Amino acid sequence: MRPPLSASTPQIVHPPLSQDPLRAAPGEDLILFQGLVKAFGPKRIYDGLDFTIRRGEIHTLIGGSGTGKSVLLKCLLGLIRVDAGTIVFDGEVLTGKGEAAFFPVRKQIGMLFQGAALFDSLDVAANVSYPIREHYPDISEAEIADRVAHKLELVGLPGVERMRPSDLSGGMKKRVGLARAIAVDPAVVLYDEPTTGLDPINTRRINELILELNDRLGVTSLMVTHDMQSAYMVSDRMSMLFERRILITGTSDELRRSPIEEVQAFIGGMSDRET
Amino acid sequence: MNPVAEAESGGGRRAPFAEVRDRFASFAEQVGGASVMAAQVFTRGLRRPLGMGDIAYQIEHIGVRSVAIGTLTAVFAGMVLAIQFGFFLERFGLAYTIGRVLSLSVLRELGPVLTALTVGGRVGSGMAAELGSMQVTEQIDAIRAMGADPIKKLVVPRVVAATICVPIITVFADILALVAGGGIAMSMYNISFSVFYQEALGTTMLSDFTSGIFKATVFGLLIGVVGCYKGFQTSGGTAGVGRATTETVAISAIGVLLADVILTRILVSL
Repeated sequence: MRPPLSASTPQIVHPPLSQDPLRAAPGEDLILFQGLVKAFGPKRIYDGLDFTIRRGEIHTLIGGSGTGKSVLLKCLLGLIRVDAGTIVFDGEVLTGKGEAAFFPVRKQIGMLFQGAALFDSLDVAANVSYPIREHYPDISEAEIADRVAHKLELVGLPGVERMRPSDLSGGMKKRVGLARAIAVDPAVVLYDEPTTGLDPINTRRINELILELNDRLGVTSLMVTHDMQSAYMVSDRMSMLFERRILITGTSDELRRSPIEEVQAFIGGMSDRET
Repeated sequence: MNPVAEAESGGGRRAPFAEVRDRFASFAEQVGGASVMAAQVFTRGLRRPLGMGDIAYQIEHIGVRSVAIGTLTAVFAGMVLAIQFGFFLERFGLAYTIGRVLSLSVLRELGPVLTALTVGGRVGSGMAAELGSMQVTEQIDAIRAMGADPIKKLVVPRVVAATICVPIITVFADILALVAGGGIAMSMYNISFSVFYQEALGTTMLSDFTSGIFKATVFGLLIGVVGCYKGFQTSGGTAGVGRATTETVAISAIGVLLADVILTRILVSL
């Protein structure tokens, strides 16, 4: 069960930027990976992987290092092309098409990269406003500045607009990366290790922000993490990637009660290490 | 097992033929990839918005800051050439023709080639290092993820700036090499400035100058594409960035010299 939002949870005050409405109704399948095959040279990452994300859910993908969790996020955005199989976003088949087919999808999906991937040559404000300027060129500078300030406040970093990424700690970079990922109020947010490197207070803040985005704006979230406590706290459903396929999908409780040995070994080991 | 396959894979030893084949395949792949990137620069560079601000920034960043190294090299090259030409021409009583020989050498060949080699080393390696770092830290993926085109945002401004800047620096280099050569002719061989420049300007034609500038333009394009391509192809963390940087310097230099042979052959036949 998800915990209730605490009183200190940051409030979302801006009306979301206008997006093309999703066709999938809440609870319906929004993202489908069907029979995915992907190899990097001789190393096979997926071998007939099937995986579904429902609209409005927070879905966490767990699995050992090097099993291809982050690659799956990049496949959805077309940053990495699959060798075979189908990826469907909101009823639209993306695979087998050129780069242009992914442009509308990229407007609707924000991504927090594992290493934040902030642009070193730009300050924090320019980093966070980058997707706004890219997708909404007609927005005034005053509104951009206002939205940037608000997103930074949401991630607990007010007033850092003029700082350079090189001046930020790893955790601060991560939070600026998250502010950038949600800058255009996307319908879907992909989180690649959102809480890695954060202190407990900021871990809780980010988890609550993920919950708030989901509760108040209906944002669908796909999160890759090794932080099992965060995964239990925010997830509606979890899936485990093991040996090139999805081994199990279910709620946190279903995973905890799963008789599958590999699942118990993974979440048990992780929990032991985390606590 | 097939004996060829066995020879290729067995015991960690590879047949020499397989090594050559792989290297050729890798070379062909890189030439193909760089050519595709060059074509993308032309097609996507013309799309609006043109990104003039980014281009201006790159011209300042990679062009203006390369003027010193480009022109300094030309000054020394002009001086050395004037000493060498004067040394031999003086034996035949032809020292007064130093200006003629020097101007043709500088305008047609040495100006553009030396500028491309020195500026190319600096600019190309800088591009490869910057873009390579962006590649290994997922910044280029982030640009794509936010719906922007990294070719348009990162490659076009750099390639355009290099294509504009190398010929402009070559003009400066040509002028300073001739001025420096004239100084040597006067101080070492007692050839007056007026005689030096009468010889220099009297014998050179506009085509000598324009052919050099045309070459420099092609060299600039080549340097920009190689630097950006190697940056985009970077993998393997910081070690990969270092590898891409050094490879860019080597490939740019060889590419400039090879292109010079081809362009010279074409231009002399016109």
